Amino acid sequence: MSAEMLLEIRGLSKSYSGVRVLNSVSLSVRKGSVTGLIGENGAGKSTLIKCINGVTRPDAGEILFAGETLRRTTIESALRRGIVTIPQEFNLANEMTVRENIFLGHELKHGGVFLNHSAMRKRTAELLERLESRISPDAEVSTLSIAEKQIVEIARALNRACRLLIMDEPSTVLNPPEVENLFRIMRAMRGDGISIIYVSHKLNEVKTVCDTVAVLRDGEFVCEKPTAELTARDMASLMVGRELSRIFPPKPAPPAEDAPPALELDGVTLEKLVHHASLKLHRGEILGLAGLGGSGRTELAEAVYGIRKTVSGRILVNGREVRIHSPAQAVASGIAYLTEDRQSSGIIQTFPLAWNCSLISLRKYCLASFIRKKKENAAAEEYIRRFRIKTNSGATPIGELSGGNQQKGAIAKSLDHSPEIFIFDEPTRGIDIKSRGDIYSFIGELARRGMACLIISSDLEEVIGLCRKVAVMRGGTVAGILEDEHVNEKEIMYLATGVK
Amino acid sequence: MNRNQTTLRKQRAWTDILNESKPFLALAALLLVCIISNEHFRSPQNLINITRQVSYTGIVALGMTFVIIAGGIDLSIGSLLALAGVSGIMLMGKIADPAAAVLAAFAATLAIGILGGVVNGAIITLGKVPSFIATLGTLSIYRSLSLYMADAGTVSSSNDMFRALGSADFLGLPLPAWVFFGLAVVFGVILRQTSLGRHICATGANAKAAEYAAIKTGTVRFITYAIAGLTAGVSAFLFSTRLNSISSTDAGLSYELDAIAAAIIGGTAMNGGRGSIAGTVAGVFILGIISNALDMWGAPVNLQGLVKGSIIIIAVLIQRQKNA
Ligand SMILES: Nc1ncnc2c1ncn2[C@@H]1O[C@H](COP(=O)(O)OP(=O)(O)OP(=O)(O)O)[C@@H](O)[C@H]1O
Ligand SMILES: [Mg+2]
Repeated sequence: MSAEMLLEIRGLSKSYSGVRVLNSVSLSVRKGSVTGLIGENGAGKSTLIKCINGVTRPDAGEILFAGETLRRTTIESALRRGIVTIPQEFNLANEMTVRENIFLGHELKHGGVFLNHSAMRKRTAELLERLESRISPDAEVSTLSIAEKQIVEIARALNRACRLLIMDEPSTVLNPPEVENLFRIMRAMRGDGISIIYVSHKLNEVKTVCDTVAVLRDGEFVCEKPTAELTARDMASLMVGRELSRIFPPKPAPPAEDAPPALELDGVTLEKLVHHASLKLHRGEILGLAGLGGSGRTELAEAVYGIRKTVSGRILVNGREVRIHSPAQAVASGIAYLTEDRQSSGIIQTFPLAWNCSLISLRKYCLASFIRKKKENAAAEEYIRRFRIKTNSGATPIGELSGGNQQKGAIAKSLDHSPEIFIFDEPTRGIDIKSRGDIYSFIGELARRGMACLIISSDLEEVIGLCRKVAVMRGGTVAGILEDEHVNEKEIMYLATGVK
Repeated sequence: MNRNQTTLRKQRAWTDILNESKPFLALAALLLVCIISNEHFRSPQNLINITRQVSYTGIVALGMTFVIIAGGIDLSIGSLLALAGVSGIMLMGKIADPAAAVLAAFAATLAIGILGGVVNGAIITLGKVPSFIATLGTLSIYRSLSLYMADAGTVSSSNDMFRALGSADFLGLPLPAWVFFGLAVVFGVILRQTSLGRHICATGANAKAAEYAAIKTGTVRFITYAIAGLTAGVSAFLFSTRLNSISSTDAGLSYELDAIAAAIIGGTAMNGGRGSIAGTVAGVFILGIISNALDMWGAPVNLQGLVKGSIIIIAVLIQRQKNA
């Protein structure tokens, strides 16, 4: 092993119940470098990471870290060696505070016995400040948004003494400024000699921040190349094994002026976070809803879906005012909502994929409240085919699928009751570039058939590519609406931040 | 690829079957050991006796299984059994016509059972009190009410029809066993084949995701407590016909523990989301056979609790292993 390598993996293989997930993978990571790790959903990226950080054991192969062969790695022994991970699925104790989570397992103590709360709070505040976040160290994690939870996971990793930082899709829900800041921190760490493995489906980010890129395809190592030699397009074709055509469908024409909107929000105000938000969403329209973290996008969507109480303002569906107090009522009014927080509210991990797909629409498969399982399974198989969900059957517990494939299941679940109005909150979170194309064209098709779509996304490229019209929120209200050629990064960010 | 997939599916099915059949394998092994080692145990009369004895707790365990799968617990079930039984027999004494009296007692026992369950459900879902606390409270309340009504004694019936029901049997099996098996089939079908069953599992597995998926989780949990109350009522009626009386102090005592234990031994996840009725039935028989066999072998009565407790802990350890 050459002295400049921190990590060398040779011939690593791993199977889950007889299925090869990693097949003789080799990879090396240089000291003080950022290695991008890319591959389609289910290619084995997270599994490779879990083999390195001791979450699971490989079946065969060798891992050398700082010149030493790692054997029987456990989570603790990996941490002790300085292998720190930001996992794809968060590992936070929801009922505890941000500070408690950040110091979980290595609390600071007075004289080795009593917890030193003030030191931990101070350190937490410093970490959060470094991440330019306004989260309170004493906030309970369950009250945080998904982007905030992501920041807490990052802060927790930064709080560890580390030689190798592994980041499994840390940026999926972050906004452009937050991503910029994250990259600044990563570059500083690299300058200190720390190595980073960075997993992302946002290939432009990989291009920006990584020194080399390693590609996995179907559990096989494809290649590792200097980023300078590759364009984002090249990376996509290496992942997929062929050229990719454009991924966004043509934008639908503007709706007829006289039709009443499918969904109209008129001065909707919540107790906190949202004030006098108004917007109109027409049938067949794909409306973007952009804004920074904390601008109230998700809260507004949750109010429409009956999860949050409105204080004042009206919600109209097809021109008629509705009062929605629960998701059940929202669904009855033809509204679907795909939550941003897949893990806690989007899917039921222990349920088979097929049961997740029919979770909302179960009645459709019932005859006098008896479930017709054949029909239910057939519907799941259809989604597996259409969204290319990588699994061996609809009977697999959804928690055993890769992150991106779980997300596809969550989309299927929300679509299956044939809503008229669909609010997507971070719809393509963790989904690879090829499947993203599938999902975009599916959304386009639904819009053509008259469904009204509202797309909440921190991924500006996605908003700009999909939507002819974008509402931008700032400080809890709709700051402005952009159309046609005004839908571009500069104008969106101007409205979102209020500064040019 | 396709062939690969089918063999895969088969493999998965195999490990699933093995995991799900643990309680049945344990039951079969236990039966085998007891049958070989003790001639009294294997007498048909003893086997029928075991079946009768386990039926009373078994019926209650069915309701408990629903409650636990939906993410709750019902500690009040034994007290509720006593309250329902006492109410039934007391009402019976006030009605002259014997047939009408038995019918009225039956209706009253069931009604009190359901009412008790509804009260539990209301406290837990409307009052948002954790189920452990709420039913710990009603455990005390229901027992106290039945003690008060019966003056801390035993209420008996003098109705011959009622007594006759207690020794009724068909095709060699006593009535409670038929009711137990019949209800087990119904509960099993509800859990596996109907939307209510699916919603019970979803509520226990991830209440927030279920709520977001338009499932009325409060209603679902409420229903499970009402059903548990119903099973307490059914069991109370059968139990009091057997003895032709019911003791307000002893009836249903620690039934909640046996019911919880049976469900857990049968593979129901303690924190909800997963479980099976067939497993619970196996669990009920495992507990019943062990206590019967210990009697047969002449083990000290006071040590039976030790054995039962150890079995429960071992069952949970095995479950834990599967989840890891
Ligand atoms: N615990 C598990 N049990 C069974 N199969 C698993 C398990 N974990 C992962 N797999 C399978 O391993 C394969 C690779 O999954 P992995 O999570 O490594 O993919 P990934 O490259 O991280 O994908 P994504 O981009 O979607 O996160 C998937 O097909 C998945 O179904
Ligand atoms: Mg992954």
